[in-house]
Amino acid sequence: MSTFWSIWISVIVLGTIFGCWWLLMATRKGQTTDTETDRTTGHSFDGIEELDNPLPKWWFYLFIATCIFALGYLALYPGLGNFQGLLGWSSTNQWEAEVQKADARYSELYARYGDTPVPELAENEDAMKMGQRLFANNCAVCHGSAGRGSLGFPNLTDNDWLYGGAPDNILTTLHQGRNGAMPAKGTMPNMTNEQVDQVVNFVLAYSGREKDAEAAKAGEAVFAQGCVACHGADGKGNQALGAPNLTDNIWLYGSTYDWIRDTVVNGRQNQMPAQSDRLSDDQIQILAAYVYSLSN
Amino acid sequence: MKHEIVEKNLGLMIVLIILTISGGFLAEVVPLFFSKDTNEPVAGLEPLSALELEGRDIYIREGCHVCHTQQIRPFRAETERYGHYSVAGEFVYERPFLWGSKRTGPDLARVGGRYSDAWQRQHLYDPRSVVPESNMPAFPWLFEDRVDHTDTEAKMKTLQTLGVPYTDEQIAEAAAEVEGKFEIEALVAYLQQLGTVISEKR
Repeated sequence: MSTFWSIWISVIVLGTIFGCWWLLMATRKGQTTDTETDRTTGHSFDGIEELDNPLPKWWFYLFIATCIFALGYLALYPGLGNFQGLLGWSSTNQWEAEVQKADARYSELYARYGDTPVPELAENEDAMKMGQRLFANNCAVCHGSAGRGSLGFPNLTDNDWLYGGAPDNILTTLHQGRNGAMPAKGTMPNMTNEQVDQVVNFVLAYSGREKDAEAAKAGEAVFAQGCVACHGADGKGNQALGAPNLTDNIWLYGSTYDWIRDTVVNGRQNQMPAQSDRLSDDQIQILAAYVYSLSN
Repeated sequence: MKHEIVEKNLGLMIVLIILTISGGFLAEVVPLFFSKDTNEPVAGLEPLSALELEGRDIYIREGCHVCHTQQIRPFRAETERYGHYSVAGEFVYERPFLWGSKRTGPDLARVGGRYSDAWQRQHLYDPRSVVPESNMPAFPWLFEDRVDHTDTEAKMKTLQTLGVPYTDEQIAEAAAEVEGKFEIEALVAYLQQLGTVISEKR
């Protein structure tokens, strides 16, 4: 704040307080006595008269006390422009102190587990209690409170992993997030409707559910051209790319012909948001162990 | 000065009343009009794109601000849950701001990037399909209705005159940018940028 505005504020604030003080004193002076009398102001409206008594003493001193309180407050806390007050209080300081106190208390708890390897941590009952709460607060909104996921949000309990279920994979997913992208029609943008039908049947055939065996057979060639780059020649996917295994009958976006057709035609975009901005490394370690424990 | 003089001179009384009631405004509000903290955008703040701007208007139309605040206060419980507390410089292009005063749902000041686009769509279409205990209403019509692109340019021009640094080029392209988009796309675009200008937790 510039000096001008600092002075501007100080003058108005102090002026108001002393103005009140003056008003109290000035109106009291005009009254000749401290005690109640029958004296009136001299007004008479329809025979109703107004008594002219001084303010009761307790009331008067209460007003004075508020003025003194205000001055005391302004000396201790920021209120007069750039003057920060003798206590040095600010809402940011207060918040920082609060955070530091909590950090000192909780970071110790988290740090206890921060260096423990994930599989070992997954066996630790206390750590898993913490993990469960971290999961409920940060992950359950998408993955469900039991970690079973839902349409479009992976199930974490089935030991089927898009990006790998090894501790390091889980840690990377949590720290950096993941961006899943399946382009529409894979690597074969000019796929015809017939070819789409064929490749969907081919994919269904992995789990023995093809609608049309002949189309499924023809679909192999389409799959080889449009899908193998990510899903592999055997359809088992590629965890480095987050390409799902198509042969295990676990489906992120629905298992029916129509759903799979929709996936092929329109592609899929999905994100797992990065957590490292929100959670400390130690917290992520515990969380990774909790996720690991859901499948192991 | 006698009480009587004030009571019997209407003009004088008006002047004194105005002086009395303007004290707080002059000391607490007027200096903010000239303060850097409240007038300068935080580093990296960009005005909303045309699509995000339409999303914001849908946010207002659907009354999202009635149940969701957009202001994280400097308390640990809030910064722990929502992220860095809100600062004035984040809101310099907001007209009007949507800080809100009542939280039936969570604060949304930094909801941008917190969930995936797919989650946002799913949640707006049927909140209970992803959060079973939610009491938020569903907004299925956002998936059917298209954004009204006829006003976009005028809205951006108005904001430009109010000091939001839109370029003439951005304004010229505004209608084309939003035309044909579903309302849900605009709303999700708006939600996904909320509060992302400050990314550190504290």
